[in-house]
Amino acid sequence: MNEARDRILGRLRANRPQAVAAPAVYRKPLGWGREERIARFTERMQTVRGEVHRVSRDHWVDWIRNEIPSRGLRHALVGRSAVADRFAANIGEAFDLTRYDRRVDDWKDTLFLGIDFAITGTLAGLAESGSLVLWPGPDEPRLMSLVPPLHIALLDADRLFENFAQLIERENWAAGMPTNALLISGPSKTADIEQTLAYGIHGPKALITLILE
Amino acid sequence: MNQTADFSRRIDEALHNDQLRRNFRVAMGGVMERRAQQFPDDAQLQALREQARAVRANSLVKQPELLEQLERRLTENGIQVHWAENPEQANAIIHEILQDAGARTVVKGKSMVSEETELNHFLEKRGIEVVESDLGEYIIQLAGESPSHIVMPAVHKNRFEVAELFRRHHPDIPYTDDIDELTQTARQVLRTRFANADAGISGVNFAVAETGTLCLVENEGNGRLSTTAPRLHIAITGVEKVVARLSDVPPLLEILTKSATGQPITTYFNMISRPRQPNELDGPEAVHLVLLDNGRSRIRVDEELLDTLRCIRCGACINHCPVYVQLGGHAYGTVYPGPIGITLEPQRLGIDQAGALTSACTLCGACGEVCPVKIPLPKLISRLRAEAVNEQRSSTPLPGRGSLRKSGEAITWRLWQQLNSRPRLYRLFTFFATRLRWLTPTRLGGWTRYRSAPSPAARTLREMARREGFGHE
Repeated sequence: MNEARDRILGRLRANRPQAVAAPAVYRKPLGWGREERIARFTERMQTVRGEVHRVSRDHWVDWIRNEIPSRGLRHALVGRSAVADRFAANIGEAFDLTRYDRRVDDWKDTLFLGIDFAITGTLAGLAESGSLVLWPGPDEPRLMSLVPPLHIALLDADRLFENFAQLIERENWAAGMPTNALLISGPSKTADIEQTLAYGIHGPKALITLILE
Repeated sequence: MNQTADFSRRIDEALHNDQLRRNFRVAMGGVMERRAQQFPDDAQLQALREQARAVRANSLVKQPELLEQLERRLTENGIQVHWAENPEQANAIIHEILQDAGARTVVKGKSMVSEETELNHFLEKRGIEVVESDLGEYIIQLAGESPSHIVMPAVHKNRFEVAELFRRHHPDIPYTDDIDELTQTARQVLRTRFANADAGISGVNFAVAETGTLCLVENEGNGRLSTTAPRLHIAITGVEKVVARLSDVPPLLEILTKSATGQPITTYFNMISRPRQPNELDGPEAVHLVLLDNGRSRIRVDEELLDTLRCIRCGACINHCPVYVQLGGHAYGTVYPGPIGITLEPQRLGIDQAGALTSACTLCGACGEVCPVKIPLPKLISRLRAEAVNEQRSSTPLPGRGSLRKSGEAITWRLWQQLNSRPRLYRLFTFFATRLRWLTPTRLGGWTRYRSAPSPAARTLREMARREGFGHE
């Protein structure tokens, strides 16, 4: 198929259009302080039915222990991160725990049908759009934030950026991208029938963000 | 003039389908308001449009170099790149990848480029099972139809029609016409498909040359599932989707989701740069990208028509088109409907195949005003209309140029031109047209089917003006 490649590139080179003058900046910094960023994030996330709670850095496991069993959810999925160890060490008998420590190929059916909720960390949050930023990896694989019906995400209050543009610039994403990077802004939804919003189509039906302070 | 007659027939059918028109009226009711709400400040909107236009335009300027850079980066990252000049090649490449991997079942995320190549049909004929997993795409796959909108593929169906389809195809699941319950049915049915599929196929919204990253925009999570759960992922996209830098993405993403569905952002923005790494526990072990030309490189040759390729497929032009809202998407008979469709398809397929589509436009200008990348759609549609009847040769490789030229029409316009460029002849004509106005025919073909025939006034405007004392002309 190299012939196709050369022919396409040849045709594309047949004309070089004029460059267009680009505006210098796409957006000016918004100058939001910490509280404002938290407030904006929360408001946006709630608009798309995401739950947001501010909890103490030391007590998020307690929050989950107090809140989640009453929703009829028992089977928890965690990865191999510090978050996972912390959770595993502090839940007592409240939950059945599965660790995502094997290749998905070996336990796909359980993952798709047997898990009630998953807990993951996040890389950052975006205040303006109400988004969680995840870089899934070996310790917290990609399907954790996607397959279980509930996703609980831990967000460090000090890691809230104004928007995506600010994040990728400050943290120099262009220098190296991970296998997969994600922005997640609420639970899964669709409006494909009569343009009417319905939640929980393929991904999580609910998304809880715990802002850790 | 087969295509003109065929198009007229499809228009006639669509306009007489009351159910279809009702469905469109209901579903399209709020889309314009939802977009407008996302842009409360017009100055900011215009600045963002200008930014998005520049990003896309400059990506096209450097397109060959960017595609080479993209290929290099993706290859370094472990993603295999394939090039296809036409749908046949693209389908063959995908089929071969699937065969080599022994893949028999495929889940698909939404991809308009795969509609261009009619990929599902091609694979199914070769014994591969393909399941569309976007809810709208799933619905129309069950119905055996094609998308009627590029963002809302099943917008022409109401919930009772969807309920009936589900009842027929999933007899074990109790009937419901509740939208939430229908959604849960689809979740349940498609879940096992995701868990068991051998391969996932998706489109791409932006391909970043700098980092070798494929970006997908979606709300449902089916795109993420299709690109994560199976052991093989094949992405297919048009060669125009490449952008230079990662920093080009935020403005495009923002204006895409706001323009398309009136959302500040979609639920998921999925950036894929590698297949599964040795220490990783999920994700596809192999990722392929198929870059499809299919007429795009030809469009690029003309400085004016080139603007067509800036399109980011948000569908805002479609949502704001008074013709589309009346007709629906199927009447166009092409993959892309609405203003972008009648601009792109005659160039992609040739004027002799799809040039008649350009008549489905009132030149109201709404599409050009809302386009997030400022494609001058009305201007391009006018240009294509002219090219359709133009007999002159030019360097622009536009297949079928002049093929809609009709000698009767050409002579009429020639006479019109003569009449209006010779004052004495013009005066003579208007004198007799007003004096002999009782001779004006009352039946004028299609025009008088729903309207009365126009009739000249008793005196010309010039005469009336003179009588009122306006001396100068």
